[in-house]
Amino acid sequence: MTGNATQNYKPRKHYDVVFPIVNTIILVILMFVTLYPVINTVAISLNDGTDALKGGIGLWPRVFSTKSYVSILQDPAVYQAAWISASKTVITTVLNLFWTGMLAYTLTRKEYVLRKFITTVMVLTMYVNAGLIPNYLLITKTLHLQKSYWVYIIPTMFSCFNMIVLRTYIAGLPEALVESARIDGAGDIRIYWQIIFPLCKPVLATVALFVAVGSWNSWFDTHLYNASKANLHSLQYLLKMKLATTNQSANAAQSSVDALANTASSKTTPVTIRCAITVISTVPILVVYPFLQKYFVTGMVLGSVKG
Amino acid sequence: MTDMTKGSTRYYMPRKKGFFARLASQWQLALMSVPILMYVFLFNYVPMWGWINAFRDYGNRKLVARGITPFNGLDNFKWLFSRPDFYQTIRNTLAMSLINLVLGTFSAILLAVLLNEVRQKTFKRTVQTVTYLPHFLSMVIVVAMAQNIFASTGPVNELLTKLGIMKNPIFWLGEGKYFWGLVGVINVWKEVGWGTIIYISAMTSIDPALYEAASIDGAGRFQKILHVTLPGIKSTFVILLIMNIGHLMEAGFEIQYLLGNGLTADFSRTIDIFVLEYGTSLMDFGVATAAGIFKSVVAIILLVGANFISKRLGEDTLV
Repeated sequence: MTGNATQNYKPRKHYDVVFPIVNTIILVILMFVTLYPVINTVAISLNDGTDALKGGIGLWPRVFSTKSYVSILQDPAVYQAAWISASKTVITTVLNLFWTGMLAYTLTRKEYVLRKFITTVMVLTMYVNAGLIPNYLLITKTLHLQKSYWVYIIPTMFSCFNMIVLRTYIAGLPEALVESARIDGAGDIRIYWQIIFPLCKPVLATVALFVAVGSWNSWFDTHLYNASKANLHSLQYLLKMKLATTNQSANAAQSSVDALANTASSKTTPVTIRCAITVISTVPILVVYPFLQKYFVTGMVLGSVKG
Repeated sequence: MTDMTKGSTRYYMPRKKGFFARLASQWQLALMSVPILMYVFLFNYVPMWGWINAFRDYGNRKLVARGITPFNGLDNFKWLFSRPDFYQTIRNTLAMSLINLVLGTFSAILLAVLLNEVRQKTFKRTVQTVTYLPHFLSMVIVVAMAQNIFASTGPVNELLTKLGIMKNPIFWLGEGKYFWGLVGVINVWKEVGWGTIIYISAMTSIDPALYEAASIDGAGRFQKILHVTLPGIKSTFVILLIMNIGHLMEAGFEIQYLLGNGLTADFSRTIDIFVLEYGTSLMDFGVATAAGIFKSVVAIILLVGANFISKRLGEDTLV
């Protein structure tokens, strides 16, 4: 990469010496700006509720308190939402991994008579979309998936973008793998599951990451289809409802004083509760992120060179 | 190809057989793909039938309740273009997506260039790891954090008053004139790192000999960035620009929906939010679908237009 390109580099002009220092400073500031809101939220969530209303909390809680977490963890709705979020994420990811690679494999088989037709159908979906309302009508009026858990699973079982990422990867594998297995008498189902699928692990990890993050982060499906079913609310939707309440109260300047009076005894306020839920719903992503980091760049690049 | 592979391919796919005979011999491939084809057909193509609703009248509640929605030609479209608030949503959509496009592209290229100049690998990786992270956070989480950062007593107001840039804290989230800017800043914060991936991968494919040649010619760092790095990512830039122009009508609705409130509604409502309000709250599927179709048509015109102009200028094109 750049290392090779500038190996013979010798500083000639004074800005050649200054530049790396300025560059490093800019990038360090950028990292600080990126992380500040995250750390700030953690700090507020660990701060005493009434004290947090005064504002001015930076990177460290001013009056330390775990009351917000204690009160959240006593709320059964949070456990139910966490269960909904976690289970739909796992199920959606497994189903996507099951389908996506299988289809991608068939579309790399040049002899397959339906290859061109299916490829066109898939690629077209990335450019033409029926739109919000026709999709809404399909799910509510035709399939009657509203007010059910299935609305989290069925519409998101498969993604054309991920399939194309996988197809690009499988097309890059040596053809001889398939041919030799075929000579040994293996059919396509066996070839895929026993030879191709295990070789796709790195790119499957990318797909799993995209799908899992998408599913974990989704809130709009709950908002649109399951808002009236409290036992089907996801963690993100729980947080979204907290946003709405603080947003409304933000309109009235008086509200923080009211909140102060109301909750002075309980030592938690909507703000600290909101921050604590934010932290709880972010943690799973932070935990998985470092392990999958090396994979997603590959996936992005593969997806961008789609044919 | 060796003879053996040729032979096996022929064995597998005899050329003289008809379409159905070949399909029958490929039943395993069909089993692996046709169910998904049907799924995609159901979820991506069947809803297009719903476009017909754009030409139906959902205005008469009594008739709708009895399941009668007569065709009304282009009345929904005419009604739409007689509404000042629909023009407002078009303005908001274009304004926010243009701000996102300009800020997003500029910041991503800038960061990619800066990262490309870092020779210390661990530091580069650390910056990348940190700046990619916000991409994976949901909009709900991002808005929750933004509500802290831009609160009246939040860090942004505190910093600006301390630096003496302004005297009194600003109620950022409650004033319409700041809304577009806030959305732009938040989107840059969320996506700048992720946006660099594609440019950095373009930069790695630049021939190192070009840099060496430039060095021999006496080019400094800035000159190399200007004359080697930036020309090297030009085709990537053009392709992404064409795609983004095709997405100009897609300012989205998540951030506007979550960050907007009654005080900023005149600046936060996008076409998508208009569609959702009419479709899912007021149940006027006719008007909502018409607005959605208008959006898609404009998007296609923009995409084709950008592609055409790029072809004329001798640049790379999407198709």
